[in-house]
Amino acid sequence: MSVVIILILASLLVGLVFVVAFIWSVRSGQYEDTTTPSLRILVDEPQNKIGETKTTLK
Amino acid sequence: MLQDVPQLQTTPPSVPRAAGQCFHCGELCPDNCFILESRPFCCLGCQTVFSILRENGLEQFYQLQTTPGIRVRAAATAAKWAYLDDPTVQEKLFDFANATQAKVTLHLPPIHCVACVWLLENLFKLHPGIGKSQVNFSRREAAITFAPDRIKFSELAALLASIGYEPQLTLGETEKAVLSPWRKKAWLQIGLAAFGFGNIMLMSLPFYFGLDSFNGAWFKAVAGWLSLAMALPVVIYSAGDFWRAAWFGLRQRTVTLEVPIALGLAAIYGSSIIEVAGHRGPGYCDSLTGLIFFLLCGRLFQKKTYDRLTFDRDYKDFFPLSVMRKTAAGEESIAISQLKTGERIVLRNGELLPADARLVSGDACMDYSFVTGEAEPLLYETGAHLFAGGRQVGGAIEVETVKPVAQSYLATLWNNEAFRKTRDNDLDSLTNRYSRRFTKMVVGVALLAGAFWLLADSAKSLKAFTSVLIVACPCALALAAPLTYGTVQRLLARLKIFLRNALVIERMAGVDTIVLDKTGTLTTPDARGVQFHGADLTAAERECISSLARHSTHPNSVRIAKSLGAASQLVGGFKETPGCGVQGEVAGKQVLLGSANWVEEGTRPSPASVLQTLPAGSVFVAINGEMRGSFTLENSLRPEVEKLIVSLGNRYELALLSGDNEREAGRFRKIFGDRATMRFNQSPADKLNFIRELQHRGRRVMMVGDGLNDAGALKQADVGVAVVEQVGIFSPASDVILDSAELPRLARVLEFSRSAARVVRAGFAISAIYNLVGVSIAAAGLLQPMVCAILMPISSASVVFFSCGTTTWTARRMGLISKQQAPLPVPVEVQNLLVPPNLNLAKQP
Repeated sequence: MSVVIILILASLLVGLVFVVAFIWSVRSGQYEDTTTPSLRILVDEPQNKIGETKTTLK
Repeated sequence: MLQDVPQLQTTPPSVPRAAGQCFHCGELCPDNCFILESRPFCCLGCQTVFSILRENGLEQFYQLQTTPGIRVRAAATAAKWAYLDDPTVQEKLFDFANATQAKVTLHLPPIHCVACVWLLENLFKLHPGIGKSQVNFSRREAAITFAPDRIKFSELAALLASIGYEPQLTLGETEKAVLSPWRKKAWLQIGLAAFGFGNIMLMSLPFYFGLDSFNGAWFKAVAGWLSLAMALPVVIYSAGDFWRAAWFGLRQRTVTLEVPIALGLAAIYGSSIIEVAGHRGPGYCDSLTGLIFFLLCGRLFQKKTYDRLTFDRDYKDFFPLSVMRKTAAGEESIAISQLKTGERIVLRNGELLPADARLVSGDACMDYSFVTGEAEPLLYETGAHLFAGGRQVGGAIEVETVKPVAQSYLATLWNNEAFRKTRDNDLDSLTNRYSRRFTKMVVGVALLAGAFWLLADSAKSLKAFTSVLIVACPCALALAAPLTYGTVQRLLARLKIFLRNALVIERMAGVDTIVLDKTGTLTTPDARGVQFHGADLTAAERECISSLARHSTHPNSVRIAKSLGAASQLVGGFKETPGCGVQGEVAGKQVLLGSANWVEEGTRPSPASVLQTLPAGSVFVAINGEMRGSFTLENSLRPEVEKLIVSLGNRYELALLSGDNEREAGRFRKIFGDRATMRFNQSPADKLNFIRELQHRGRRVMMVGDGLNDAGALKQADVGVAVVEQVGIFSPASDVILDSAELPRLARVLEFSRSAARVVRAGFAISAIYNLVGVSIAAAGLLQPMVCAILMPISSASVVFFSCGTTTWTARRMGLISKQQAPLPVPVEVQNLLVPPNLNLAKQP
């Protein structure tokens, strides 16, 4: 049953990867502002290039 | 009042956008003279912004939202921002700066919709010197990187102002210490605790079910040591605050809640090490990390903050950063911190006087609504002494400062000792009082159990002693208050009642005296107080006046327009003369609306009798050169205030304070009854002292007020409630920010806070029952990790459900939230998104 030790180590490794990822995400400020990104995602970048924009202004 | 500018209905539903509504900002176009590419604009400012954006390929701005723009009211002058190039000012404002790159975070109150975010993040398209910009919507902030050698900071500010996002740079902002990033730390602590909790639990599961016998003793040792290793960062880092708080409490010779927690944590980890090292068992690391995880969650739940609300404002937050100083060489813009006494400064329409001063020249018409709560501007003559905090209405004036900014009349209020004490001291909270008794009892029982087993079976002595400490760890106790108060805080926020922190609820529950301010709190300048004197107006005339009045943002115009109702006439030749009135041509009639002298000048001499019978201090109307009469604007009682006073009077001692004269004393005596104290002509300092007197008599006082004139009293009181017209705009330092529409609910909110305190006590009782069971087992020397692993989560979970459930149920029973709707708790910032942009007050200066 000593194979269980490999499983434990593997699961710990996976857990550690996630802890490191979590620490990085907090440190890099991803939890600072949770409102603005939800707004930002609503905006589509225009398909055509700047200057050629023939937008349909109502 | 500053926050009194009611919502300006800019878009009557009957008028589609094509018919005279500005393409940029959505305001009605008084005259259709600004038309670009067949799109109407209300003013040159809006048209200019449109063409700037169009030239730079930012037209998408108009697709993201209908009429997303902000009306640019004041022409942007580079001179106004010149002081921003002063290195000492920049040093305070910049986050980072070197020769080629600088980063600054600016507060931009006009941010109100998704289009704003988009536009500001595409700012680099407007100027090559601007780099990345990032908007924080809930804080209304933009962090902008720019190259100072290509665009000066003053030019950047002027650019933002020219497209409608004028940065708000106040004195307070530069002096504030950077807030500690507690939230970041809190997330890290919880994340680490969750990691430890989950993984240790995984390794402990075999022991719960007796599966470890398959693997033999070596597995027990490996699992034990791994658990200890994983628990170590949790104990040191995640629980770090508990250790510090407990140590701090002990040094102060008081027992706070953290002391029994720290004691319990130390006992659990210590005995786990002994068990693992002695090959006696897997230890209690699963319970330990779970405990820390739950405690941290409870703490985070309680630490609800509102990004846009500030509970600690002082006068500095309202003072501008710069003033125009007049010297022999001309006018120059200087930072306010450099302003000395005896210097001459120029104030233009709408600017705030930052220091006590003497009027040198010009017609001073000061609006002190900011300080005293009185909406009516006062006129001064040359040589008059002007107090800081007034806002000039009308033409430019020149004044000579007589006192430094920090010693002016307004500032002295903040130098009062009431503002120096910090009130978030929770040593006397219910939890801490209870935990003092709890700690004594637990330590007592542990010692007794240890002593008993020392005599009966000395091998079990140490185990019994530590077992009691382990089981009695006050997790449930620590969770009861944060969860109950946190729930109350969230429920109240739905009703637009915002609490500074959770402890306020406990203080609210203990209040026995309520002091109310009159003007602005109980009364309000709304449409109901507007009355017309003179020969009756025809429906057509009413519409004309209303149409004219709605083009002005002056509080009086807004009130008149509101009281007159429908206004769909187009206005031609609209002109607003600050301090005098507005005029324009409506439906072929020349209409004048304004002060007596000004309207009189524009009319044919009217029979003296007409003018004499009209009350003074009103707004006069002339149509086609003929004086028609006047509007009086009185403050009317807010709806349901009488009912509120009666219901409060049953339980609390009441008092009324007013900066106003005794004119309305009789009316309020009737409402308040004979027992209530009523004081008139109260200065801000009088109000503060009145509260202090009450407190010396052993009273616990709640002050309900609004303006800066109540700021001292709000701070001195045990609970300060600021009543605001629009949440997030302005409020003096307080514990509670209450939307004025919710004032009638105050009695029920107080009742709710009392029942919340009862829920917390009941939560203590539940945790006591668990402790009784657990401690009995532990004292008998029978504690197993299994018992611990079951008992601890159950006691915590039951307290969680009990606290949240009972509180929500109580709120429903009281009708504070209704059963059917049960709306999702929409955060403040999202609520703002739901308001159509044109109605958002953030746009108004």
